[in-house]
Amino acid sequence: MRDVRVALAQIRPRLGDVAHNLATHLDYADRAVKADCNVVVFPEQSLTGYFLSDLVAEVAVPRDDDSLGPILDASRDIDIVFGFIERTADHRFVPAAACASGGRLLHVHQKVYLVTYGLFDEARDLAPGRHVRAYDTAFGRQAMLICEDLWHPTSAALAAADGADVILGLSSSPGRGVGGGASELGSAETWHALNRLYAQMLVCYMVHVNRVGFEDGVNFWGGSEVVAPDGTCLARAPNFEEALIVADLPDSRLRRQRTRLPLRRDENLELVSREFARIAGERRDGVDN
Amino acid sequence: MASTTETSLQSRASHGLRLDTALAEQVLVRFIADAISKFGFTRAVVATSGGIDSALTCALAARALGPKNVLALMLPYRTSNPASRGDAETLVEALGVESHVIDVSQAVDGYLDELDDLTTPVRRGNVMSRTRMIATYDQSEAFDALVVGTSNKTELLLGYGTLHGDMASAVNPIGDLYKTQVRQLASALDVPAAILDKPPSADLWHGQSDEDELGFTYESADEVLHLLVDEWHTPDEIVAGGYDADLVTEIRRRVQQTQFKRRPPVIAKLSDRTIDRDFRYPRDWGR
Repeated sequence: MRDVRVALAQIRPRLGDVAHNLATHLDYADRAVKADCNVVVFPEQSLTGYFLSDLVAEVAVPRDDDSLGPILDASRDIDIVFGFIERTADHRFVPAAACASGGRLLHVHQKVYLVTYGLFDEARDLAPGRHVRAYDTAFGRQAMLICEDLWHPTSAALAAADGADVILGLSSSPGRGVGGGASELGSAETWHALNRLYAQMLVCYMVHVNRVGFEDGVNFWGGSEVVAPDGTCLARAPNFEEALIVADLPDSRLRRQRTRLPLRRDENLELVSREFARIAGERRDGVDN
Repeated sequence: MASTTETSLQSRASHGLRLDTALAEQVLVRFIADAISKFGFTRAVVATSGGIDSALTCALAARALGPKNVLALMLPYRTSNPASRGDAETLVEALGVESHVIDVSQAVDGYLDELDDLTTPVRRGNVMSRTRMIATYDQSEAFDALVVGTSNKTELLLGYGTLHGDMASAVNPIGDLYKTQVRQLASALDVPAAILDKPPSADLWHGQSDEDELGFTYESADEVLHLLVDEWHTPDEIVAGGYDADLVTEIRRRVQQTQFKRRPPVIAKLSDRTIDRDFRYPRDWGR
């Protein structure tokens, strides 16, 4: 990879107010440009807000919609990774993350794991994506994953296996769990552990951007962070407050850690894919396990 | 799997109810500021009884909005315990919030005097509670404020409140805190000791006590509710874990029987899109 300076835009989107949120994106992108950043990353559904319910149908747009034009224009100065609801040609609504670069969409990731339990009800309104793919940028190979995707370690493992040196996680993670005398929200503890685990075990940079603000009483806790391949937290945004934080991701740090810990070199894709194929086949054929 | 022992279930329940008060304060203060401001308001009205729930709500609102933007409304009835009023005044002084006293005796008695039948304490209590609701909402208009509610999670789950009375509010910061957690947070926020230490009472009639009326203590109710609701334990598991079978049955019965109080009025479905069933928009739509 090439050395890259990344900005984490920990914003508070307005629920269902795309015009307002678009203006926020342009403002943060401008600030990131002024901070000499190469890429700015926004949270999940950063253009739309999160708990949309029936608003999904109103805010969803095709990925080539004119309304995304201002972001594409701004991406001539800086890569912009943002979240929106994609309306597909066959009228499914899919939560998506897009990387705009050089005036066009470089890559779109559609969330593969919808979350439909507890306070979440995504599969009621949304359709899942079907692919996890890394993609090449001017600064090296990256992958985008969205929130619940990262609660399935296989998603991060796939992104790494596909060559991502930087994994960008876009989240709308609600804060919950204030019991048991813990000094950190339960959801925040889990995310910090996940980010560190992925960075260290997949030997890559982990960039996690979570939003802030409230929707119908639910708080989003922020705490966006960048974790280096050796597990060091390079930058962390405050909890609960809007923030733009910046971190440098040098290639040398990645090289040195991969030299120390060549886990990716030793990953046995043949073994993993063979065994997953066997297990999937047995499940399909109704073998109890 | 090893079976859960008696000690571990009970200690797990009390551990689970232990609150990180700084963290809870941070979330709730931000919640109040957000919920009030996103609807274009800067102020709050809290019906302040002198009890711990309204004291905590007032303290949180004062931190969120500034004390001068909070109106503590005292609404005594002629049989109210004078100590309640004194405790509310101590709180107002400690927090520096605005306050206003309106005696609701005439309004309540004016209605009760129209009735031929001898009303029960529960009916009289409900009339007082709903009269206070009218005063609170009226004063919120006068103060250009939203009503901030004071029902805690224990009361809400047990249905121990008056529908459209003390349960009425625009925003509720403490509805996800059990009573014993309200005590922890109120203590951390320096709510006056007299309010922290007195036995909980709705003070709707002389000598009323929540725990006598309910037939169990808030400590035991909170542990059983926490295990049932948050930890997904079955009633049988909770009894096997050492809790009294009648207590668990009664709490479970109350939660089920009062579910209607926690829901909006049921709407008969006729069309393809019925409000709150398949016409589903968030409250914070566009905010």
